[in-house]
Amino acid sequence: MDRTQAPAFKQVEHISLLNAKKYPLDNGIPLFFIDAGEQDLVRIEFIFDNVAWNAASPLQAFATNALLQEGTSNYTAAQLAEKFDYYGAFLQKDYSYDQSSVVLYTLNKHLSSVLPLLREILTDAIFPQSEIDTFIRNQQQKLSVSLEKNDVLARRSFNQVLFGNTLYGHAPVVEEYAQLQRSQLLEYYKKAYQPANCTMVVSGKVSETTLKSMNATFGNNWEGSTAVDKNEFSFITGTGKTHFLERPDALQSALRLGQIAINRTHPDFPALQVLNTIFGGYFGSRLMANIREDKGYTYGIGSGIASLKDAGYFFIASEVGADVCTAAIAEIEKEMKLLRTVLVSEGELALVRNYMLGSLMGSLENAFSHADKFKNTYFFGLDASYYERYVQTVRTISPQKLVELANTYLQFDKLEKVIVGKQ
Amino acid sequence: MVSFERFTLANGLQVLVHEDFTTPMAVLNVLYDVGARDENPNQTGFAHLFEHLMFGGSVNIPSYDEPLQRVGGENNAFTSNDITNYYITLPAVNLETACWLESDRMLSLAFSEKSLEVQKNVVCEEFKQRYLNQPYGDVWLKMRPLAYEKHPYQWATIGKNLMQIEEAKMEDVKAFFNQFYVPSNAILVVAGAVKTAEVKKMVEQWFGSIPSGVKPVRNLPQEPAQLQEKRQTVEANVPLNALYMAFHMPARQDASYYAADLLSDILSRGNSSRLYRSLLKEQQLFSDINAYHLGSIDPGLFIVEGKPAPGVSMEAAEQAIWQELDRLKNETVVEKELTKVKNKLESTMEFGEMSLLDKAMNLAYFELLGNAEDLNHETGKYMAVTAQEIQEQAQQIFRKENASILSYLAKN
Repeated sequence: MDRTQAPAFKQVEHISLLNAKKYPLDNGIPLFFIDAGEQDLVRIEFIFDNVAWNAASPLQAFATNALLQEGTSNYTAAQLAEKFDYYGAFLQKDYSYDQSSVVLYTLNKHLSSVLPLLREILTDAIFPQSEIDTFIRNQQQKLSVSLEKNDVLARRSFNQVLFGNTLYGHAPVVEEYAQLQRSQLLEYYKKAYQPANCTMVVSGKVSETTLKSMNATFGNNWEGSTAVDKNEFSFITGTGKTHFLERPDALQSALRLGQIAINRTHPDFPALQVLNTIFGGYFGSRLMANIREDKGYTYGIGSGIASLKDAGYFFIASEVGADVCTAAIAEIEKEMKLLRTVLVSEGELALVRNYMLGSLMGSLENAFSHADKFKNTYFFGLDASYYERYVQTVRTISPQKLVELANTYLQFDKLEKVIVGKQ
Repeated sequence: MVSFERFTLANGLQVLVHEDFTTPMAVLNVLYDVGARDENPNQTGFAHLFEHLMFGGSVNIPSYDEPLQRVGGENNAFTSNDITNYYITLPAVNLETACWLESDRMLSLAFSEKSLEVQKNVVCEEFKQRYLNQPYGDVWLKMRPLAYEKHPYQWATIGKNLMQIEEAKMEDVKAFFNQFYVPSNAILVVAGAVKTAEVKKMVEQWFGSIPSGVKPVRNLPQEPAQLQEKRQTVEANVPLNALYMAFHMPARQDASYYAADLLSDILSRGNSSRLYRSLLKEQQLFSDINAYHLGSIDPGLFIVEGKPAPGVSMEAAEQAIWQELDRLKNETVVEKELTKVKNKLESTMEFGEMSLLDKAMNLAYFELLGNAEDLNHETGKYMAVTAQEIQEQAQQIFRKENASILSYLAKN
C-alpha cells in the first residue's frame, strides 16, 4: 500500500432521474408525483405563478402568501395552527421571484386530517385585519434588523441595479408595509390562488389513495376565473458601474458583483454552469483557492448563475476584511481575465467534470430532490432531456468553448459592482 | 429505524456501517471526541482553528480537497463545544478514495506554516462575519461567560477573541493533533450503497496501521449549581432591544433531558406554541420570540429570547415571559398539548431519516453518547415522557436563581 498514490476510481457512468408522473385533477389542475422512498410520508406543493405585478403595491403578493393561514371563514389563525401542529404536520410558505407556494410536509397517517385544512386555506382565506396589523408591525421590526446587515444591503442594492422597479428588483422599505391594505390581499388572493394558476407536485410515498384524496379535496368546487395575468418582465444589460454604500463601522465589506446573463432555457446554460463552477462554484474554485485559501481575505467567496423565468443573472458574493476590499476586487478581476485568456487545463477540467457529475448524483438523495429537479425543468418549459444534455455538456465541453463563454459573460468592466462597508 | 453493524479495529478505532442501497452514494463520517470544551482557557477557538488545518494537506497527500473532487466527492466539517465532525459524500464506487484521504490525515498532517497563517486569517474573517459584523452577533460571546463561571462552555467555539486565534503556534497545533486526533478518540461511520464486509476490509487496510495513541481522559471543571440570578446589560448599535434569558438544564444523557427538550417545544415549536401564541399574537408584547436549548453533552442552557414590540419596556417583556414560565411550573400540561408535541417529534424523526448524511452523523453522535442503537429508541423515550415530568422540569429549570439575563439595548 502506497499512501502517496491515489486509489483507482470510477467515473460516474449513469445518473438516473425519476420521471414525475402526471395525474390531472378533475378541474384540470396539473398534479405531478414522484413515488419513492421508505418513509411513510409525503410533501405536497401547491405552486402558483406570481401575477399582476403592480409597483404601487409591491408587497401585495408577499403579504398574501405570508398571511394565508391566518384565518378562514371556519377557523381562526390559532385554530389552524393548533390543528397543523397537533397532527405533526409542517406548513411552509415560499414566496420567490416567480412563484408563491404553499408546502405541506406530513406523515401519511395524518394526511386525511390535514388536507381539508389546506383546502380551507387555499379556497377560503379571509385575512383578518388584526392579523394584518400584527404582520405589518413584526415585519417592520424584522426589516429594521436586516437593514443593519451588510450582505443584505448589498443584495438589495444589486437587485435594484439589475432589475429596477420590477418584482425582481424590488427591495421593501418600512413605509411600504404601512400601506398594505386588506383589500389588496383579498384582490391578490382571488387573482393568484385559483385552479387555473395552480400546479401541484407530490413527492414521497405516494399511494393511489393519496392521489384520489387530492382529487376529492382540490379537484372540484374551487371557484376561479380562467384568465391569469402572469407577470412578464424584460430587462436591458447595464453599463457596469460601481455602487458604493459606506458603513463607517464595518469590519468587513460585503461585495456583490454581477450582470444579467442567461437562464435555463438558453442552450448555453449548462456550459455556463461548468464555467461558473471553475470560477467560483465549488470549494476548489479559482476564487476560493486564490482569495480564501491563498490570501485569507475572506471566510468564503463564491459565484453563481440564477435562473429566473424572465432573466438569468451571474453574480459573485463575499464578505471580505475591510482593509483588503480593494485587493480582493483586484483578484476577482484577475481571475476573470485568466479565464478569458488562458485555456483551462485538461487536469482541472477533468476534476470539475467529475465533481459536477458526483454532485448531481449526490443531489438526488430522495423523492423530494427528484421532485425539485422536475420543477427546475417543468417551469422553464423543458423536459427530462434537459439533464441528459447537462450531463453530456459536463462530459464533453472543450477548453475553447469555456474561453468563448468567458469572453461573453466574464467581462469585469460590464459587471455591476456593489460594495457595502469600506472601500 | 437505522440499522447498522459495528466493529472495532485493534488500534481502538470504532467503526459503524449502515447499508442503504436506495442511493448510489456513500458517506464517510469521522467524529473526533474533542470540542471547544477541551481547550486551554488561554487558547480558545483552537479546536475550530484546528478543524480548518485538517484541510491543509496530510503527511502523504499535499491536497485534501482536490483528489476528492476529482472522484466526484464533496466534504465539510463542523466544530461544536463538544465534538469535531468531518464528513465526505461521494459516489459509493469511489469509497476507497475517502478512506485513503481520511486515514492519511488521521495518521499525520503536513503541518504547513503557510496553511496555519492563511487559516488564522480565514478564521479571523469568520469571527468578524458571524460574530462581530452582525447585529446581535456577539450575544453568545457575552452570554456564555455570564451563565458559566467554571465550565469551559463559558466560551464559544469561535473563541473568546481574535487575539487568541492570531497567537496560535505550530507547536500547539502539533500537540493538539497528537493528543486528540488518534484512532482511539474517533468514531468512523460509513453509510450508503456499501457492503459491510467490503467496508471492513477497506477500513482495516487504510486505518488499521495507524498507531492507537492514548484516548485522552476528560476531566473538566463542572459548573456549580447557580444560587443567584445574574444580570448583564449591553448597549450596542442595533435597531431594537432584545432580551436573552438562559437557564441551566440537564445534561444530554440525563433521564430528564427528554422532558426538558419537550418544554422548549411546548413554548416555541410551531405557530400554536405558547410563547408565539400568547406573547406575540394575543398580547402583542413581542415582535419575535423563541425558546430552545443548546443540546450540549454536559449540562446545557435553556434559552428564551425575544425582541419586545415597539413601546413595550424590557421589564414588561421579561415579566410576560416569567408568567408563561410560571404557568408551566404551576399547571400540568393537558393531554392534548402533550400529544401535539410528541406527534411533532415523531414526524421530525421520520423526516430526518430521509437524509443519508444525517443518518451517518446521528449514528456517530449516539455512539459517542454511549450506544448508536439508542438512536432507534430516541422516539420511544420522548413518547414515554409524562406531563408530571414536564412540570417537574419546569419547576427545576425556570427559577430566578437559575437564570442569567442579558438585556441587549439599542443605543439611543
